[in-house]
Amino acid sequence: MSLSKIWVYAEATDGEVSSSTLELLTKARELADTVECVYAGDDADDLAETLGEYGCETVHQTGDLDGSLVGVPVAAAIAAACDDGDGPDAFLAATSYDGRDVAARLSVKTDRPVITNVVDLELDGDALVGTEPIFGGATEVKTKFSGEGPFIVLMRPKSIPAEPSGGAEADVEDLDVPDLGASGGAHVTERHAEESDGPKLDEAGVVVSGGRGLGEADKYEMVESLAKLLNGAAGASRAIVDAGWVPYSYQVGQTGKVVKPDVYIAAGISGATQHLVGMKGSKTIIAINKDPEAPIFGVADLGIVGDVHKVVPKLIEALESR
Amino acid sequence: MTAEGVPCVLMNVVVCVKQIPDPADPGALDSETKTLKRDVKLILDESDSYGVEMALQLVDAAGEGEVTLVSMAPNNERSGLSTALAMGAASAVLVSDPALQGSDSLTTAKVIAAAVKDQNPDLIIAGSESSDGYTGTVPEQIAGVLDIPSVTAAKSIEVDGDGVKVQRQTDAGHDDVVCPMPCVISVTAGVVEPRYPSFKGIMAAKSKPVEEKTVADLGMDADAVGWAGAGQEIVGISEAAQREAGEVIEDDGEAFAKIVSFLEENKVI
Repeated sequence: MSLSKIWVYAEATDGEVSSSTLELLTKARELADTVECVYAGDDADDLAETLGEYGCETVHQTGDLDGSLVGVPVAAAIAAACDDGDGPDAFLAATSYDGRDVAARLSVKTDRPVITNVVDLELDGDALVGTEPIFGGATEVKTKFSGEGPFIVLMRPKSIPAEPSGGAEADVEDLDVPDLGASGGAHVTERHAEESDGPKLDEAGVVVSGGRGLGEADKYEMVESLAKLLNGAAGASRAIVDAGWVPYSYQVGQTGKVVKPDVYIAAGISGATQHLVGMKGSKTIIAINKDPEAPIFGVADLGIVGDVHKVVPKLIEALESR
Repeated sequence: MTAEGVPCVLMNVVVCVKQIPDPADPGALDSETKTLKRDVKLILDESDSYGVEMALQLVDAAGEGEVTLVSMAPNNERSGLSTALAMGAASAVLVSDPALQGSDSLTTAKVIAAAVKDQNPDLIIAGSESSDGYTGTVPEQIAGVLDIPSVTAAKSIEVDGDGVKVQRQTDAGHDDVVCPMPCVISVTAGVVEPRYPSFKGIMAAKSKPVEEKTVADLGMDADAVGWAGAGQEIVGISEAAQREAGEVIEDDGEAFAKIVSFLEENKVI
């Protein structure tokens, strides 16, 4: 049994398709005969080759949205396609800022539920069943859609590996955006990108993260130095992001980024479930914390019970002298 | 006019808040009812305290108006609401009905939207996601049900005439967004410093009105909410495979060397 058609919400930055989009396409191929994409923008031609390589046959692009936040127009366009009988049996998006908006608006437009935080998807008869970790991943629940489609799913990035299918370049078609009325009023006036050097947090082979155990904002510097020495990226727990020590884009965890590096080093992080969700898929984990009872030691391959202010500077010194 | 001569603007803000089990006291699913066990004392979701603080600041800046809380629970739990009232919210509406048990995010949004609509606010603020269910879709769904615009993941909100200017978090940094009111804004944690309730605030909260409404009071059908109205069902609950803890050593001053050899073994250096 398989679904006949799945639409995947395709996201891209500077003409490069996001890794989470490729993961969704990989999963969608398992579940449906036809896999297609929805894209907010007018440059889908630049993405068609990559999307095709991962199994997308057609990209439905909305055209230039003139700075509108994507949730309302994209959902309205998909819902209109559903009304015309051209819509999909299921719509998959990544748990991203825009993916959530589109899925949530589509849920209201079609009066169908969304299953969120999904790490795996399967078919049971002709209904989708999502697997979602709860309580920081200690328990997994399986949730099945009980009504009619379209089934709307938000999948967590990095839940499954992306694998190309070797498909041909996807066709690009225009998707009509209906009149949005009062709901379409939110517009971007300017975009700001934070400068960062070194590898991206969610793509780095090594991630070094700091937490409240660092004691004060100035001490975050040693996390950055260590990350740089290991050619890795610097991350943070929610506690120090909330405290304003580092920008939100550094946050590793349920509300921040999910990372799966070869080596994850947690410095002064106790390991709240909110943090563990974002990093326990790492290949190996090193934790340094002064509290021997800290939950982070429960997932660490190497745990050091000690003072980060002593261990990390010595580690930096040892690495510098190599 | 305020003392500084700045014209007063009437600004009524609804903040959607959730009362959750204390995250320090981890929850559990009741395997029979497949819902969160709620026999523990509930607190105000910390993610919502940022929304409450932001709403209080916006009303202060406007010069006139009130912050009203809207919350939903299967029973008349209100300990979390007391915290937000003590911070300075004027009143609360609690949609409390046993029929709500098991509601999915879309149903939750419909119920909250119905309660919000009665308040006729200029602005609706919510947290980006709750700290227990974390679906992260409810604020945008509320906006969808009310058919008004929305901005999610806001780092800051500034009222500007008939609209708001919002800094919205993005993967790359942030976007400046303009949005007409009324609208729904979801705020990220850490954007403002939530005030601690003062003793005076705590005492005052005891006499602030908390209006309880049932699903029927909102003109909704009990069959359309809770488990009955959910378009999804939990078909399995299982323990997830867990990582095993490795070696834990006490730092004797030389633990850094252990890390160096671990990094060598894993070919990082």
